[in-house]
Amino acid sequence: MKLHRFLIGCAIAGMMAAPAWGEGGTLTVGLKAEPSSIDPHYHNLGPNNSMAAHYFSRLVEQDDKLRLLPGLAESWQPISETTWEFKLRQGVKFHDGSDFTADDVMFTFERAPNVPKSPSSFATYLKGKSFTKVDDYTLHITTERPYPLMPVDMAQVPIISADVGEGVTTGDFNSGMAAIGTGPYRFVEWVPGDRLVIERNEDYFDAKPEWERIVFKPIKSGPARVAALLAGDVDFIDNVPPVDIARLKGEEGVQLSQGVSSRVIYLHMDQFREDSPFVKANGGGEIKNPLLDVRVRKAISMAIDRDAIVDRVMEGVAIKAGQLLPEGFFGVTPNLSPEAYDPEGAKALLAEAGHPDGFELTIHGPNDRYINDAKICEAVAQMLTRIGIRTAVETMPKAVYFRRASRGGPDNSPEFSFILVGWGSGTGESSSPLRSLLHTYDKDRGFGASNRGRHSDAEVDTLIEDALATVDDEARLALLQKATELAIGRNQGIIPTHYQVNTWAGRKGLSYTARADERTIAMGVTSDR
Amino acid sequence: MTVFIIRRLLQSAVVVAVMSLLVFVGVNVVGDPVDMLINPEADQAEIERVIRDLGLDRPLHEQYGYFVVNALQGDLGDSFIFGQPALQLIIERMPATFELAIAALLLAVVLGIPLGVLAGLRPDAGWSRTIMAGSILGFSLPSFWVGIMMIMLFAVMLGWLPSTGRGDTVPVLGVEVSFLTRDGLSHLLLPAINLSLFKLSLVIRLARAGTREVIHQDYIKFARAKGLSETRVVLVHLLKNIMIPVVTVLGLEFGGLVAFSVVTESVFAWPGMGKLIIDSLHELDRPVVVAYLMIVVLMFVIINLVVDIVYSILDPRVRLQDTKA
Repeated sequence: MKLHRFLIGCAIAGMMAAPAWGEGGTLTVGLKAEPSSIDPHYHNLGPNNSMAAHYFSRLVEQDDKLRLLPGLAESWQPISETTWEFKLRQGVKFHDGSDFTADDVMFTFERAPNVPKSPSSFATYLKGKSFTKVDDYTLHITTERPYPLMPVDMAQVPIISADVGEGVTTGDFNSGMAAIGTGPYRFVEWVPGDRLVIERNEDYFDAKPEWERIVFKPIKSGPARVAALLAGDVDFIDNVPPVDIARLKGEEGVQLSQGVSSRVIYLHMDQFREDSPFVKANGGGEIKNPLLDVRVRKAISMAIDRDAIVDRVMEGVAIKAGQLLPEGFFGVTPNLSPEAYDPEGAKALLAEAGHPDGFELTIHGPNDRYINDAKICEAVAQMLTRIGIRTAVETMPKAVYFRRASRGGPDNSPEFSFILVGWGSGTGESSSPLRSLLHTYDKDRGFGASNRGRHSDAEVDTLIEDALATVDDEARLALLQKATELAIGRNQGIIPTHYQVNTWAGRKGLSYTARADERTIAMGVTSDR
Repeated sequence: MTVFIIRRLLQSAVVVAVMSLLVFVGVNVVGDPVDMLINPEADQAEIERVIRDLGLDRPLHEQYGYFVVNALQGDLGDSFIFGQPALQLIIERMPATFELAIAALLLAVVLGIPLGVLAGLRPDAGWSRTIMAGSILGFSLPSFWVGIMMIMLFAVMLGWLPSTGRGDTVPVLGVEVSFLTRDGLSHLLLPAINLSLFKLSLVIRLARAGTREVIHQDYIKFARAKGLSETRVVLVHLLKNIMIPVVTVLGLEFGGLVAFSVVTESVFAWPGMGKLIIDSLHELDRPVVVAYLMIVVLMFVIINLVVDIVYSILDPRVRLQDTKA
């Protein structure tokens, strides 16, 4: 007992002796994932995009709920069916003192989709658009068809300075030479694997952030990240491991910040093969794929106790889901709520579909991608077994899982029959999951890229395509709602289970505006003082 | 002699070639890096572009062919994630790992030899049993767990040492080192102890066994009979003789320390090669993994080659046997 007291005493003494944050306004942040480059156009992926947001601005910015805000563009509006006009902010200076004009935007859009060796490019947001500079502060963007997502797309591409010149390389950005933006922070240095340092841009055109200097430290291991926070080596960490949340809540010197993300965790079912590889009759014989029957899909949804998943598996840190995005996002329909848990009803529905004794199924899922992903698979399997669908569980590392789930079968078809996946909507509206998950798989037109169950319904397809060509927000909202209601409510194309809630932790007195896109943006960390 | 060296060189080349095939194929049949790299919002056209750009659409033997041709010119490929030459990424992080490995080795020697000698001189004393029991713990506790416990105790509870990262570095001959600054040294201490625990236990055991053997030798008895002080007997006559096996083993173990400090580096977020390799494995950055393993293979092959040649110089029997065979 004595030792115990001694240790606690030491811990308290350590907490008090450790310097308060803000030695000269420095904030040290422990990050799970490090960017792969400083070049904002090199790698279109979470860690890079969130880091780039500190020193580069975009034409349009997104707030914590992914609502659009003026960035380098003051205003935007469609001026014809197919043309959008962006009015640029005047008097903005780059970190090197040069003026921001439409030339920089033109230069950026020329470069961004064509960075050599890019493992994931920004072409997604820029192709099919032509850009015209009207004057130094006016830009016209034209598409072939009406395109409502223009402002959202413009919120994805960081604007660089034209002064860095043609042929600027990714290496020039990494060394800091070309890392010149208009963002609230200026880039100082990056030592890969060790630290990334930025300093406040005193000439920032918008509200200045609180911290003068920010040091990001990549600490991939979860326990080590928590320990670094407790030890006072970092002031703030992201991706708090779920097992530590309860403990940290009880910790005196720690403050947690949580927020629902735009990521829905859902189940995808094979809806394109009569003979599905991981569906068997009881005893292992062949069976015509029961997942083709909407009643079976409905029964599975009813068999899932979402409250239990949220309370037990997720320890309360999740929100049960009935559609593609949580409340408050664009395209959410008021007519769909999370399916109520009803095992008896599920059994009846199974019997009605001709499977009174159920069948055998295997659920596949990743074990290192989403919060508690493997445990969710196990819970779902138990729940399904309870209504007679004897379900085996197979989970694997994401590095192996996603390839097999997307194109592991013959002819690059999805390999599995029943899988757990998640989808974070980068655009903050339901058109993103609708077009990728529920639109018929159409390689040539770029629809259904992640439709791993190959759900297909012509009516839904038409609604999605119409929505993607309807600029008027109100009309588009109606189309998206209708498409969601049909694809999930009627067809049960996917089965949403819950929306992920993310947790950040900081020293006492530091709070964070949790972002729906799961990004860690140091401008959102504020102290109570 | 020349024949012997040529033969050995050829054999080494075969080993490297076979290893390159095993490593390349092994790494390339697991998963698909594209899904790790690409933004989920990307459409099929973009996914195909990336697959094409990375050369993943080509058959495996063709990819291997490219790899071999480039490797022979000293190019082990570009990292999928960073877009920089894999070799450069590894070399950039080499100093950090070497610094950690050398610090761990020093700790093992400086603490291990005295403890082992003490335990060997008084094998029945209580503290000597404690030392030996401790060395068993050092062997058997997983270093991941020990690392976390050390962080909990020294960083979180006591607040004496930082828990993560490398701290301030200063350049020495163009290489960044951290042991010359106070901050860097404090960052170095915990990971170095963590990494050294296993080697420390090994050295203690070797030193103890050596001491037990040497202490009964005639020359020790003679030294005592001559009336030399116990200090001199131990420090000069005994120590010199137990050092031979210790140095041999540590020389070989150093390669292992450098190549496989993976666990310690990830627990302490030490920006070295080990952390790079484990991150690359997670994200399926194949060129980096392959390059890293090839460097390790090359390192061990060279060490063994040198050892063989040295043996053959020292012991003509090895040479003769070999030419006959």
